Amino acid sequence: MFNRKTATSSMISFESVTKTYPGPSRSAADVVAVRDTSFTVDTGTITVLAGSSGCGKTTLLRMVNRMVAPTSGRVLINGDDIAHMNPVQLRRKIGYVMQHAGLLPHKTVAENIAVVPRLNGASRTEAKRSVDRMLDMVELPADMADRYPAELSGGQAQRVGVARALADEPRILLMDEPFGAVDPLVRTGLQQQLVDIQHELGTTMLFVTHDMSEALRLGHQIILLAEQGRIMQQDSPTKLVEQPANAFVEDFLGLNAVDKTLRTRTTEDGRTMIVDAHGRPAGFLEQA
Amino acid sequence: MNVIQETFNWLVDPQTWSTDGHNMIIRSVEHLQYSALAVTLAALLAIPAGWFMGHTRRFSGVIVGITGAARALPTLGLITLFGLLLGIGLVPPMIALVVLAIPSILAGTYSGISAINTSVIDAARAQGFTTRQLVTRVHLPLGFAMIVGGLRSAFIQVMSTAILAAYVGAGGLGRFIFLGINTQDTPMLLGASIWIMVLVVLVDALFSLGQRFATPTGVRRLHAVPATEPSAG
Repeated sequence: MFNRKTATSSMISFESVTKTYPGPSRSAADVVAVRDTSFTVDTGTITVLAGSSGCGKTTLLRMVNRMVAPTSGRVLINGDDIAHMNPVQLRRKIGYVMQHAGLLPHKTVAENIAVVPRLNGASRTEAKRSVDRMLDMVELPADMADRYPAELSGGQAQRVGVARALADEPRILLMDEPFGAVDPLVRTGLQQQLVDIQHELGTTMLFVTHDMSEALRLGHQIILLAEQGRIMQQDSPTKLVEQPANAFVEDFLGLNAVDKTLRTRTTEDGRTMIVDAHGRPAGFLEQA
Repeated sequence: MNVIQETFNWLVDPQTWSTDGHNMIIRSVEHLQYSALAVTLAALLAIPAGWFMGHTRRFSGVIVGITGAARALPTLGLITLFGLLLGIGLVPPMIALVVLAIPSILAGTYSGISAINTSVIDAARAQGFTTRQLVTRVHLPLGFAMIVGGLRSAFIQVMSTAILAAYVGAGGLGRFIFLGINTQDTPMLLGASIWIMVLVVLVDALFSLGQRFATPTGVRRLHAVPATEPSAG
């Protein structure tokens, strides 16, 4: 699996994927979650799927580990159609982090992190080594290994979720609004940590969020989606901000919002203060 | 001498318990065996069915229907019906007791499985658990306490009702109830009733203990300990 024979720079490719769900009643029309969407995710980069809820971003993410099967179209990993792969084996090779960590409540932190290595046949000692390494990587103290999920804070549980997903060193990591339920301060820390981890391991990451500032902070590539997985713009964070393709992108970035207009004011000690539309201080201006 | 005194005397009379007398020990064992057999047979049907409904989260209306309908069924009527159809012996009361036991076990299993947080199950599948691993490592450990709870109420109901087995000629502690009624031996009738109650309470206590052990440590802490403050998180 994931052999490099056809290795190109794109690790995951979506080829005109469509997903429809049966309507609420027999006579009702099918519900289209994603319609004819195509894009690629480059090896060793973070691609962020951003958009409002209901735009199909989670559906697209879950197609990669076959938690959702496309109604039509193909998903390729390193050029191989994943529809031909055993879903259980596929999932054991792909890390997955979700909004609610989904840790097994009757297992300790260590046992939760060791799940995938153990499923893949690692011995107890090998798994233990993975656990130690992962706890260190997500900066959790080693004595947390014997705690149960109920004894963790939201941020700690999410770190364990990331550790579990990375424990068997997958080449692909899927993240579905992983930091949506933690407070803003903790979230910033977790985002920075994720960037560091990605830099260290070179994992290919597909990250779903509705938070544009998170998308801009994490993504090498950002794919902004409208309803039914329609791609509004697919670009680097810089280009997205500098050259928004259309009004939808501008709106989503908040560029048109009145209260985003910033003004400057000179303070008594001669510094230049930036204030927002309501006159509230937003920071000081310094020459770069 | 009043009835209470006579009942007490009957209960402590060695003749009541000895093998050449009323043989209450053997009858008690018989009674427990009937109950265990009925609950086991019911569990073989109801646990897989309850698991399926809890796992797919479908047909939950069936549970409500079956539970309601079965509670309304008169067990004595069922025993009479099956007795007429199948004759005297253990089979007719056993069928009736199995029918009696199914709803509690079905409801317990269904609740135990469907109460598991969907994100836990979703995460387990996404990590690459097979369906079998999902059942043995997630469903069973997390749903076990409630399954045992279902078995517990089923066993209690069956034990109380298993006296009716004697009505169609089988054994068990019901012998003394019917013999007591027919011979107007009130101390025997009352004594046997009290003894059944004592057994029911004992069995219930055992199950309660079992239910406690069936709850995994991490889940017990879920209810006992508030999450610690984010020191590192």
